Amino acid sequence: MTGNEMSPEARGGMERHAYDVVVIGAGGAGLRAAIAAHEAGARTAVVCKSLLGKAHTVMAEGGAAAALGNRWPEDTWQVHFRDTMRGGKMLNNWRMAQLHAQEAPERVLELEDWGALFDRTEDGLISQRDFGGHRYARLAHVGDRTGLELIRTLQQRTVQLGVDVFMECTVTEVLKQDGRVAGAFGYWRETGRFVTFEAPSVILATGGIGKSYKVTSNSWEYTGDGHALALRAGADLINMEFVQFHPTGMVWPPSVKGLLVTESVRGDGGILTNSEGKRFMFDYIPEFFRAETADTVEEADAWYDDKKNNRRPPELLPRDEVARAINSEIKAGRGSPHGGIFLDIASRRDADYIRKRLPSMYHQFKELADVDITAEPMEIGPTCHYVMGGVEVDPDTQQSAVPGLYAAGEVSGGMHGSNRLGGNSLSDLLVFGKRAGESAAAYATTGERPAVAEADVKAAQADALAPFDVAAGPGGGGENPYTIQHDLQQAMNDLVGIIRTAPELEESLGELARLKERADRMVVEGHRQYNPGWHLALDLRNMLLVSECIAKAALARQESRGGHTRDDFPGPDPEWGAKNLVLSLDESGHGVDIAEKPLPVMPDDLQQLFQDT
Amino acid sequence: MAYDLKMRVWRGDAEGGELTDYTVEVSEGEVVLDALHRLQATQTGDLAIRWNCKAGKCGSCSAEINGRPRLLCMTRLSDFEPSETITVTPMRTFPVIRDLVTDVSFNYEKARELPYAELGPRDADGKRRMMQVDVERGQEFRKCIECYLCQDVCHVVRDHEDNKQHFAGPRFFIRYAELDMHPLDTHDRRKLAQDAAGLGMCNITKCCTEVCPEGIHITDNGIIPMKERVVDRKYDPLVWLGNKIGLRSKDDEGRTEV
Repeated sequence: MTGNEMSPEARGGMERHAYDVVVIGAGGAGLRAAIAAHEAGARTAVVCKSLLGKAHTVMAEGGAAAALGNRWPEDTWQVHFRDTMRGGKMLNNWRMAQLHAQEAPERVLELEDWGALFDRTEDGLISQRDFGGHRYARLAHVGDRTGLELIRTLQQRTVQLGVDVFMECTVTEVLKQDGRVAGAFGYWRETGRFVTFEAPSVILATGGIGKSYKVTSNSWEYTGDGHALALRAGADLINMEFVQFHPTGMVWPPSVKGLLVTESVRGDGGILTNSEGKRFMFDYIPEFFRAETADTVEEADAWYDDKKNNRRPPELLPRDEVARAINSEIKAGRGSPHGGIFLDIASRRDADYIRKRLPSMYHQFKELADVDITAEPMEIGPTCHYVMGGVEVDPDTQQSAVPGLYAAGEVSGGMHGSNRLGGNSLSDLLVFGKRAGESAAAYATTGERPAVAEADVKAAQADALAPFDVAAGPGGGGENPYTIQHDLQQAMNDLVGIIRTAPELEESLGELARLKERADRMVVEGHRQYNPGWHLALDLRNMLLVSECIAKAALARQESRGGHTRDDFPGPDPEWGAKNLVLSLDESGHGVDIAEKPLPVMPDDLQQLFQDT
Repeated sequence: MAYDLKMRVWRGDAEGGELTDYTVEVSEGEVVLDALHRLQATQTGDLAIRWNCKAGKCGSCSAEINGRPRLLCMTRLSDFEPSETITVTPMRTFPVIRDLVTDVSFNYEKARELPYAELGPRDADGKRRMMQVDVERGQEFRKCIECYLCQDVCHVVRDHEDNKQHFAGPRFFIRYAELDMHPLDTHDRRKLAQDAAGLGMCNITKCCTEVCPEGIHITDNGIIPMKERVVDRKYDPLVWLGNKIGLRSKDDEGRTEV
């Protein structure tokens, strides 16, 4: 079944389904989890807000990082592990980073078994491309549309296996019984009718939070649903202060501001220049990466062909470093006409090469900005792209603190530490999607099935309908959800953005409190059938809760590390480098509490990898 | 550079509806989806639109703009005169759910009838080898973002509802072509394409190719080669005779018919 219809017997009433495993989200992590759960013998359903195949994974461009060793036989999981940990400024959960590096190659090869067509090396193997922070060319790719290939392959596999998919269906609550998961409650976007899933295992695979920011590369679906569902179910979030601003988003025209420009442009030879024509990244090489970064143009340019005798160009530093550098150049008045800086591949590679390696970028700039990237530089600037923070999970099983509740992909936390390397997301989805699916299936088929309490369903229903019922607030009309969303995005962009200070973060918490009050008075027009105003009103509650997590954690962490930069605490602090910030729902159920927790300690044999160069 | 744009947007549901006039402020560099979003945020909060990435990558926001099937997010306002009224209607081939959102489940039903890649075992080192030149043919079809504009414009189903049962449509013909051109695939799906998917009903008017936002040569590189290969198998007298008298045909390139 497509799920895109009501069953006739449910007319007017509540639709109910029973499964072993319900996966929320149909991006890379969700689909890989569903495939794994199905193959483990569990009755599995995927529930997603959009049509199947449209999830945000589709927008991933560069590739999936996996130490296949096809280009550089020297590349092994140990090197990948080391790059990942250093990219995350050592705050990563070491066990997740280890599993990820070890299992990513087989997860990529498996996609090929299922019909994926990756670009090839001269020997016919899967081609691998250079990316920031990766010592060797490591990203399996298909031009610059790798995400599309990944999602289509997983989608076709899911359909082939006959997994049930509930499309355009939004989950608003995870239901529990006696402290463990009992199911999930949601509504069909198309009809507005409610649906209850009874399931002992629920896997959150809902992606990120980017829609809380004004300038973002994320789609409308990225409203932090899984983060908020986990909090409300009693699980914890970690690392929420770490938000990745991708260095290269489009800046013009305004309509596409924030739209992603793939890191592959730099991996394939592109450079960053300012209004004076200077290749400025050489001025921003941090101490932490100095030993492995080229300090002359000659060495940087020679690296593309000879990695043994040259060091990486500074344009391929991890994303947090590059984004900060671009931000500084723009602030210093050396920006481009539309407030970005220049990304130039036209003067570096011939037109055929560019069109072949970067077809989507060529198309995107041509169609949306009238810019021919084979002839002129692009104007780009930082854009909110990814949240490193997420649900705290067991690194091997992906289970949260709530029995039966799992999280995989961007919605989970720990894997990427304070900063994610490009290409590590697609591989993360595959590795931990599979692990979550298998553990959720194993858990679901042991022990007694929990039951969904009728009172919980009633409460979830009342919450979902609240935006229709709220009478206009005191002193006038109700609030428009679109206006609240707009104000939230502005506040997060201005006050909890790429560079942060204590006074601004404090101001943001005040602003978030006011927005929450306004959200209590939200009113939506129309009825329940495919009503985007209502859908936004429900998503907004998640956005506000998760934004509060980000702001609170950002205020608490008094240092700069990875995707968290404090103007008032400019350097990293070793003490902070040994602990995570954990967020949980407070007693009122409307706010969050914050606590410190020591980081898991890496065993000696892995520590050893960081002793050598 | 802001100006007032006149729009006519189809509002309604399965019961019926009508074009409604709006005036909305727009500015330089915007696309039709921006204008509709501003309508949503300021004038009509419940206007139903299906969209996701707003970057031409997910294929969600398909509709008809001045009668032509297009993506709302990739249609720039600068393609029109500022004084021109832009009319936006839902895709005609699929039943309306509400406003600009249609029920595209036809496509998901057809997708479930499709065959899949069936590769032989990996090489001894656990990897597979294919040449770039060989994968490129299939890669062209895998650029498809499933916007279903080709399905929308295809007159075989656009004007003949009863054909839907027997006809998979251009989006899925290129899936057959892709599998057929996969260098390591082991199955021969020509009979399936002809019989179950209704490949023969296509009379190559190329409308699908014209509306493809990804510029895939659906007809020339997908449908026509598939048709030719079906014809080779079905009507070539030597192949026919060979089959009849039990000679092994090289026509299948070692693939197993399914």
